[in-house]
Amino acid sequence: MTQTNRLNKGGRIDRQRILNFTFNGQRYEGHAGDTLASALLANGVNVVNRSFKYSRPRGIVAAGAEEPNAVMQMGATEATQIPNVRATQQALFEGLCARSTNPHSELLSTLGNLFAPLIPPGFYYKTFMQPASMWMTYEKVIRKAAGLGRSPRESDPDHYEHIKRHCDVLVIGAGAAGLAAALAAGRSGARVILCDEQEEPGGSLLDSRELLDGRPASAWVESVMAELANMEEVLLLPRTTANGLHDHNFITLYERRAEHLGDLVPEIDGRKPARACLHHVRAGQIVLATGAHERPLVYASNDLPGNMLAGAVSTYIRRYGVVPGKRLVVSTCHDDGYRAALDWAEAGHQVVAIVDARKHNDAATGHWVRLAAKQGLQIIYGSAVIEAKGKNRVTGARVAEIDIPEFQTRGSVTDLACDTIASSGGYNPVVHLASHTGARPVWRDDIMGFVPTKMTGLIPTGGATGIYALADVLKSGIEAGSEAALACGRQSPEIDLPEVDRIEIAQAAPLFQVPHPKTTLRAPKQFVDLQNDVTAAAIELATREGFESIEHVKRYTAMGFGTDQGKLGNINGMAVVARCLKKSIAETGTTVFRPNYTPVAFGAIAGPHRRELFDPERYTALHAWHVDRGAAFEDVGQWKRPWYYPQSTGESMHDAVARECRAVREKVGVLDASTLGKIDIQGKDVREFLGRIYTNKWEKLPVGKARYGLMCKDDGMVMDDGVTTCLGDNHFLMTTTTGGAAGVLEWLELWHQTEWPELDVSFTSVTDHWATLMVTGPEARHLLAEMTDIDLDRDTFKFMEWREGDVAGVPARVYRISFTGELSYEINVQAHYAMHVWKKLFEHGDKYGLTPYGTETMHVLRAEKGFIIVGQETDGSVTPEDLGMQWCVGYDKPFSWIGKRALTRPDTRREDRKQMVGLKPVDQTVVLQEGAQIVFEPKASPIAMVGHVTSSYYSPTLGHGFALAVVKGGQKRMGERVYLPMADGVTQVAEIVSPIFYDPKGERQNV
Amino acid sequence: MERYSVFGLIKHALSYHENWQKTWRSPTPKKEYDVVIIGGGGHGLATAYYLASRYGVTNVAVIEKGWLGGGNTARNTTIVRSNYLWDESAALYEHSMKLWEGLSQDLNYNVMFSQRGVLNLGHTLGDMRDIQRRVNANRLNGIDGEVLDAQQVKEIVPIMDCSSNTRYPVLGASWQPRAGVARHDAVAWGYARGADRLGVDLIQQTEVTGLNIKKGKIVGVHTSKGDIGAKKVGCVVAGNSGVVAGMAGFKLPIESHPLQALVSEPLKPILDTVVMSNHVHGYISQTDKGDLVIGAGIDAYNGYGQRGSYPTVEHTLQAIVELFPIFSRVRMNRQWGGIVDTTPDACPILSATPVEGLFFNCGWGTGGFKATPGSGDVFAWTLANGRAHPLAEPFSIDRFYTGSLIDEHGAAGVAH
Amino acid sequence: MFYIHCPYCNERRSEEEFHAKGQAHLMRPANPEEASDREWGDYLFFRDNPRGLHQEMWVHAAGCRKFFNILRNTVSYEILETYPMGEQSSVLAEMTAGRERGEPRRAAGAVA
Repeated sequence: MTQTNRLNKGGRIDRQRILNFTFNGQRYEGHAGDTLASALLANGVNVVNRSFKYSRPRGIVAAGAEEPNAVMQMGATEATQIPNVRATQQALFEGLCARSTNPHSELLSTLGNLFAPLIPPGFYYKTFMQPASMWMTYEKVIRKAAGLGRSPRESDPDHYEHIKRHCDVLVIGAGAAGLAAALAAGRSGARVILCDEQEEPGGSLLDSRELLDGRPASAWVESVMAELANMEEVLLLPRTTANGLHDHNFITLYERRAEHLGDLVPEIDGRKPARACLHHVRAGQIVLATGAHERPLVYASNDLPGNMLAGAVSTYIRRYGVVPGKRLVVSTCHDDGYRAALDWAEAGHQVVAIVDARKHNDAATGHWVRLAAKQGLQIIYGSAVIEAKGKNRVTGARVAEIDIPEFQTRGSVTDLACDTIASSGGYNPVVHLASHTGARPVWRDDIMGFVPTKMTGLIPTGGATGIYALADVLKSGIEAGSEAALACGRQSPEIDLPEVDRIEIAQAAPLFQVPHPKTTLRAPKQFVDLQNDVTAAAIELATREGFESIEHVKRYTAMGFGTDQGKLGNINGMAVVARCLKKSIAETGTTVFRPNYTPVAFGAIAGPHRRELFDPERYTALHAWHVDRGAAFEDVGQWKRPWYYPQSTGESMHDAVARECRAVREKVGVLDASTLGKIDIQGKDVREFLGRIYTNKWEKLPVGKARYGLMCKDDGMVMDDGVTTCLGDNHFLMTTTTGGAAGVLEWLELWHQTEWPELDVSFTSVTDHWATLMVTGPEARHLLAEMTDIDLDRDTFKFMEWREGDVAGVPARVYRISFTGELSYEINVQAHYAMHVWKKLFEHGDKYGLTPYGTETMHVLRAEKGFIIVGQETDGSVTPEDLGMQWCVGYDKPFSWIGKRALTRPDTRREDRKQMVGLKPVDQTVVLQEGAQIVFEPKASPIAMVGHVTSSYYSPTLGHGFALAVVKGGQKRMGERVYLPMADGVTQVAEIVSPIFYDPKGERQNV
Repeated sequence: MERYSVFGLIKHALSYHENWQKTWRSPTPKKEYDVVIIGGGGHGLATAYYLASRYGVTNVAVIEKGWLGGGNTARNTTIVRSNYLWDESAALYEHSMKLWEGLSQDLNYNVMFSQRGVLNLGHTLGDMRDIQRRVNANRLNGIDGEVLDAQQVKEIVPIMDCSSNTRYPVLGASWQPRAGVARHDAVAWGYARGADRLGVDLIQQTEVTGLNIKKGKIVGVHTSKGDIGAKKVGCVVAGNSGVVAGMAGFKLPIESHPLQALVSEPLKPILDTVVMSNHVHGYISQTDKGDLVIGAGIDAYNGYGQRGSYPTVEHTLQAIVELFPIFSRVRMNRQWGGIVDTTPDACPILSATPVEGLFFNCGWGTGGFKATPGSGDVFAWTLANGRAHPLAEPFSIDRFYTGSLIDEHGAAGVAH
Repeated sequence: MFYIHCPYCNERRSEEEFHAKGQAHLMRPANPEEASDREWGDYLFFRDNPRGLHQEMWVHAAGCRKFFNILRNTVSYEILETYPMGEQSSVLAEMTAGRERGEPRRAAGAVA
C-alpha cells in the first residue's frame, strides 16, 4: 500500500524525491516537503497513537504545534532517541524511524474501556490508600502506565550552540502579518530578525485559497522573502521557535538546524554542525505575528481517528497534496470551516455535508458559504455533529439540530456515513508569548478569543490580535512593522499593500462543547484535552466537586498539562467550566501561560556549557608540572589544586601524605599556593580601611612587615582570613582564601563605595598575576640561599617580614610567613616566571630532599599547628572568640570594626558556645571521622550533641590521629573526655586538648 | 461527608458520577471566629485541620484571597525530607516527616507520598565533610540517613554520570530512604476537605485588607467581603508575609524572592529517586505522571512576579545535563516561579508578634512544602495554646536580636 | 532577564553582568556600640520587602565593579531608574512632589 491518500498534483512537496521511513516497524514512503504527519496520512495510517489514560485509538488532528495525539518516539539508534516528537512539526527525512509513544495493546484497550467509568478525575486521590504499606507498589503500576515517550539511555552524540543577539525589531512569525511587518521594518533600515517555526515561511499563506496581486499567496511569500534576504540588516531564522519571552524584551529563539536532516547530525565538510542553536535575543521591539490556532468543537467520540481540525484538512490537501479520507462531514460555526469542504471537493473527494451551527440567514452572506452552496455542497444549518461513530476510524457522523443558548439538541438525530469529520469552532489567537511575563490576556466576545494586553515593547499583529481577514492582516502587519521601526528611531517608507479581494464574512456562532441528547455525564466521552484524556464530563465533575477556579479544574483534571500545553483544548475547557458555573469565559479566565511555547531540548538550553565548559577550570602557572608529576587534584572553588603527589610505584594516598609531611617537618617541601586570592590595595587610607575590615589592628604595621588578619561579617561571624603585607606606605597586598577571593574583593568594594567613600583606597585583584611558591621546612633557608640575592639571615629577615630581590634570576617578593609551623619562605613571582623558578628550586633542592606537597599535606601540617581553615573550622556561625583567637581581635580600636558590635549580643556572649579545641583520640590508632558528632553523655536519650569534628588526620610526626573540633564551652574543658558515636555502632572516645599539637612555642619557624 | 474508597468509586460509576458531593463547602463568613487563619495554602489548611482534629478548636475560618493551595503549594517541586543539620530544624522537619507517613490515611485523601529516597550529592571534599556531619547529626536525632560513596550512588541511580569525567565529579552523597515526594495539590485539597468536614469555614476569593487591632490586641480582620472578628489570628501567607506584617505595623526579617522550577515532557519511568545537588545547583525527580521536575536556585533580587531570570533556569539545566547526559534530548515543557520568603538564617519564623493574639508562620524559604504537616500541627498548637509550641520556640523573631540564629546556610543543609 | 543601565558605564547590559545586593540606602549605625541589641538586629536583618517600588543596590560585577542604586517594581520588574551611589532617586522625588501638588498616585505600586 503506497500513499493511497496522495493527490497526483498540487501541494508543495517534491514528488520526484521519495523518502523512506518506518513507523511502528513498518516501512513507508513519503516525499521531500512532507512532515511525518502528512506522510502518515498520505499512507492512510489512521491510528498513530493510543491515549494515555484510556488507551483509545488516536489519529492526527492538526497540522501544527497544537497537535495533541501524534506524539512519537523517534530515533534509529539508542543514543539518538528523541521522546515526544510532534509528527506535525517533524520534517520527513530519509530513514526516519518513529514509533507510537503508547503502542497498541488489546488488553490495555479493553481495560481502558472497561474501567473508564472507574477512573474519573482525581480517582487516585480517593483510592490506593489501603493498606498504607501497599502505596509504593500501587505507585509502581501507576508510574508504568503513565508517561509518553522514553528518555534515551545513552549520551547525546550531538552538540548545541548559543548565540547572543541584539536587534531593533524581532518579528515572530513569517505568515502574512509577520512578512508584512518584517518588510516595513526592514525597509526602514532597522536591524530586524524574522523567525518562523515552520519548515518554510508563509504560515497560512501556504495553503490559502486567496490571491495576492492576482497571484497565489505563496508567490508573494517568495518575493517578500527574496527582498528580505537581500537586506543587510535583516536576519532570517527559519525553523526557529520563539519559545520564551522574558523581562525587558529578552527572548529565546530555538533554531533547529538539523532536525529536518536526521536524528543524528550529519557531517558537513568534515565538521559536525550543532544540532540546534538557542539564540538569546534582546529586542528593542517585538512584533508578535504568531497567528491563531483553530479550535475544534467538542462532541461525543470526537477523539476517533478521522476527527480533524477543518483548517488542518485544508493544509494537508493544499500544502501536502494529501486528502486524509474519502467522505467528509464538516461541523462548523463560522465561515472558514467551509474551506475544508471546498478543498476536499476540489480534490475530487466526496463532501457528505457541511453542518453549520448557524441558521441559514445568519450564515448565507458569507463568501465561502455562498461558494459552497453554489457548488451544490449539502449544507445543514442550525445543527452540529453531536457524535462520531466508529471503532478505529470514523464511520459516521450523528447530526442534530442544536440550541446553543439552551445547550440542548432538538428533534431527531440523523446519521451520515463518512470517514472524516472536520470541525472548527473558531480561532484562538496565539497569545502565549505576550503572557510569559505575567500579563493576562483579555477575552473578546466579538472574536470569541483571548487577545494580548498592551505591553511596552511588544506589538501584536494579525491573527494574534483576532484579525483574520487577509487584507486586514496585511495592513495590520505593515502598521506593526512601521510602529516598531519608529520606536527604534527608524522611519518606514510608504508600502503598497498587495491587492486582495475583500471577502464577505458572516458572524460566527459561539459554539464550544456541542450539546448531546444525553447529559454530559452520560453521553459518550466528549474530549476537551485529547492528550490527557480530559473530557467535558471530567470538567463538569470537577466543578461539581467544588473545584471551581480554572486553576483547580486544570490541576484536578490535568487539562492542559500535556506537551501541547492545552493549545487545542484549553479554551474549550474554560467554556465548559463557564457553562457549568454559569459564568462567562471572561469571568472564568485563563490559566497562566509560561515558557516554553513548544518544548525545547535540555541539551539546547544547556548549550556548550558542559564538562570543562560547565564552569571555568582555573589552573596555576605550574599546572603542567603537577600533571606531569602525576598529582591527584582537588577542586577548590574553580581551581584545580594538587591534592597529593603519589609516587609512580602505586603509592597510596596515606603513604604519599605521610612522606610529604615528613619531608616538610624534616627537610624541605614546596607547595604551589598560587590559588590564594591576592588583592592589591593602594591609597593613603589603607591602614584605616584594614582596621575597619579586619578584626585586629593595622595602624602601626610598618613597610616590610606582614600580619595575619581575620575578617568578619557585621554579624560577628568569621568570613575570611589571610596575611596582608605592607609593601609601601600607601601600598598593601591582601591575601584571601582560595574560594573567597572574588567575594572578599566585592566585600571591600561594598564598604568602600557605600559606607566610606571618603577613604582613599583602591583595590585590584592580582591573584593571577602572581604565582606563590611556598618553600617550607628546616632546610628552606639553605635551599633558598642558593638561589637569591636576598639576605636570609634569621635576625635581619625576620618572621612576618618580606623582602624584594631576585630569586633564580627573576624579580621576586619573598614573604617569611608560615602555614606549616616550619621555617618558611613564600616566593611570589610574576606568573610567567613561575615555572622557571619552580624548576630551579628542584635543581637546587634535590640534595635537600625537596618534596612537592599538596593540599592534603598542607591540611595535616596546619592542623598540627591549630591553624584554621575558613569554611572547615568555621561555617558562618563561628566568631573569632569561638576560635580562641582573641589575640587577633582589637577590642580597643577606635573604629567599631565590622563584626565587633555583634560580639556583645546575648547569644555571642554565651559561655557555652561551641569553641574550637583539639581532640586526641584515646585509642591512638584511631583517626576520627571529620563531621563526627560529639557528645558528653553517650548513653543519654535523647542524646545531646555538643559539637563536631571539623578536621581530622593521622599525623606521621606525632604518630597518632588528632583532630580539631568545636565543642560547647570547650575552651574550659581541657582534659575532659568526649564521645563520638559512629554509624557503625562504635563510640569513639577522645580527650579535649589544646588545638596546637605541634611545637606549641613556635620555635620551628625560627630555626 | 463520605469516605473515599474504591467501593465508593464503583458506586458512583454506576450512577454516572452524578452524585459526588462538594469536596468542601463555600460558606458565608460568620461574624466571629475563635481563630482566623489568613492564607489558604498548604500550611494554613493544615493548621486549620489540626486545630480542629487535634486541639478541638473548630470555630475556625481560613481566608484565602485566591484559590485554595494556589501559592507555593501549587508551585513547588514536592520534595519531602527531614535530614536537616541543626537540632532545631531537624526536630521540626522530622515531626513533619512522621505526619507525612500516615497522612493519606489520616485525611482519607491520597496525597501520594512516595518514600522513594533522596540523595544529596557531594562533589568536593568539603561537601563530603558537610554530608558526614549532617548524617551523623541526623542519626543521633533519630532521622534515617547514610553516607554513600560514588559507587553506591551509581547503584541507586545507574543513569547518573558518576564517573570522574564531569566538571565536578560525584564523590558521594547523603541518602535518606524515608524521604521522597508527594502530590502537592492533593495535600492542600486533602487538608481542606478534612478541615471542612470538621466545621472549619474555608473562605476563598476573599482578600484580607487590614487587621483590626485594638489596644495592641487583635480582634479581627478587614476583608474584601467585610469585617470578620477573631480572638486569635494566624498568618500563613508565604510570599506576602511582609505585606500583612506591614498591616500590623511591624517588620519581618524576610525578603521575598523568585524561586524557579521547570518540568520536562512526560516520560516513561526513568528516575526512581530524588537527586539533589547544592554544588552544581540542581535537583530532579520524576512525577508519577512521568514529568521530570527540576528545581533551580533562588534569584538574588526581591520579586513578587512569580517568575525569575532566565540564566537561573539555564544554569540548572546545564547542571542536570552534566549529571544526566542521557537527558540532553529530553525536552523542557514548562517553567514557572514561586515567591519564597527567605530569612537571614534560612529557617522559618513561627512566632508570636508584638500584637497580642497575632501569630506568624512564615519564612520557610525553600523548605515550605516538606514542612506542611509539621508546620500546620505546631502552629495549630501554638494558636490553640496562645504560646509557642516547644518545637517552635527556637524559631521566634527574637533570635534576630539575640543572635541565636539556626544557620542552615553554613551547614549546606538548605536546598529545597 | 533584566536589562540594566549602569550609571557609571552609561551602558545598558544584561543582568548576567550584575549582582543584586539587597536594599539600597541602608546606613550602618554611626555608633554601633551605642546601638541596642534591637537596633543592631534591625540593622543586620530587617529589610524592606515591598510589593511595588523598591530601591535596591546592584553591583556591575563583571563590568566596572561599581555599586549603584536601582528603583524597580518588584511585581512588574520594571526598572524606573538607576543612579549612582550617594545620590537619591529623582523619580521618587518627582512622585513625592507630584503628590504634594495633588496629582494622582502613579499606578506602579506602593512607594516603600
